Amino acid sequence: MRRVVVTGLGALTPLGNSVKDYWDGLMQGRSGAALITRFDASKFRTRFAAEVKGFDPENHMDRKEARKMDPYTQYAMVTAEEAFVDAGLHQFKIDGEKAGVIWGSGIGGLYTVFNEFKAYYLGDGVPKFNPFFVPKMISDIAAGYLSIRYGFHGPNYTTVSACASSNNAIIDAFNYIRWGVADLFITGGSEAAVNEPGVAGFNAMKALSERNDDPATASRPFDLDRDGFVLGEGGAALVIESLDHALARGARIYAEIGGVGLSADAYHITAPHPEGLGATIVMRNALRDARLLPSEIDYINVHGTSTPLGDLSEIKAIRNVFGEDAYRLNVSSTKSMSGHLLGAAGAAEAVASILAIVHGIVPPTINHFTDDPALDSRINLTFNTPQSRTIRAALSNTFGFGGHNTSVVFKAYQA
Amino acid sequence: MSDIASKVRSIIVDKLGVDENEVTPEASFTNDLGADSLDTVELIMEFEKEFGLSIPDDQAENIQTVGQAITYLEANAK
Repeated sequence: MRRVVVTGLGALTPLGNSVKDYWDGLMQGRSGAALITRFDASKFRTRFAAEVKGFDPENHMDRKEARKMDPYTQYAMVTAEEAFVDAGLHQFKIDGEKAGVIWGSGIGGLYTVFNEFKAYYLGDGVPKFNPFFVPKMISDIAAGYLSIRYGFHGPNYTTVSACASSNNAIIDAFNYIRWGVADLFITGGSEAAVNEPGVAGFNAMKALSERNDDPATASRPFDLDRDGFVLGEGGAALVIESLDHALARGARIYAEIGGVGLSADAYHITAPHPEGLGATIVMRNALRDARLLPSEIDYINVHGTSTPLGDLSEIKAIRNVFGEDAYRLNVSSTKSMSGHLLGAAGAAEAVASILAIVHGIVPPTINHFTDDPALDSRINLTFNTPQSRTIRAALSNTFGFGGHNTSVVFKAYQA
Repeated sequence: MSDIASKVRSIIVDKLGVDENEVTPEASFTNDLGADSLDTVELIMEFEKEFGLSIPDDQAENIQTVGQAITYLEANAK
């Protein structure tokens, strides 16, 4: 099978609206969380989130185009363009039939659904749904728009697996390249759910942190007092291609995708398996696919959402898979800074994992105040400050409601 | 220009993202102003909302240019 490398990156996150600003935020240990500005949240149980800041779609596309896109699609367009240019594809003639787009979104156009339904219920019963309602709402449309923008005629669709969605997108794109179906993909994911139904819906599940008096420290994975995840939004994109294709066009190579893992908890629709069964299986699958031993992984970017049960089960899974090697590697949750980007989390954390390899620095798990005695304290969770180390290979986990588990192995590129 | 004509023109400028000076009476929504079939449906809905009327489908099909829209609305708007 063909080798697959990463040659372009894009990011639009609560920490910053470019890859550089995102990475700077991770290295500074900043929090992207603050009180909600998008709507009046005064009656909501959680009144803060990790919003994308200072984003004006009209700086990136004309008004007519922006108006037809839900914010989740706008985020897709902007992050994909950053990755496209970063990969140098604007200066290269691509064979469109061998180039595809696989995008991930857990929810799709939630703003659009909410606004159109609201207008209908507040109206006189005569439906006045906008002709763009359906194409703005559906979660596959970002992939469609991207194919039109770039003239990519290869495989094109969206993956939906809740918070694992964009890891599933990367995994599928990786597979199609190594199987020879396509040479190059724009892949990644985007999500825009910091709105009334997004916040209230996750609140009703008791999934969100309610630390309204201190939003910046609310996302505290592995801390004793963690009380739920912090809702985030944004997008991230990768250009990935076959190694031969990258070398032939003289592309700069960030890292290689070593292998991927997939599994299901088969346990509960939202609660993680208490012993981390699905997480154990998925990491083992990823290592096997990458033909790597546990001792060859130096960093795990965990799902680590800052929920009481999820963080605990993931640590158990790491101990199951890595044994004594669990104490040698670095583990961190960048969600402590970015918040939880839901369907975009896998792509955003792929960017973090790849740059960690490139720069030889592990981004921290910020907001650590009190050890949780239920967690194995010998595991290095990279608390509060980045740590330098050579990273030969990194594992990026994301898990989704429904019990979907995904892992992607990124390796330092060696010719 | 009538009040209706100026409102029609500003709706078209807003929805189709075109320059005011392109919105001539002869301009066709699809051939000259870059509208696709969904844009055209949205324009008709916007006219209905702005002028408080309902345009039957068979008549909407005959509104293809700026001038046709203005003529129809001047005759039918309340």
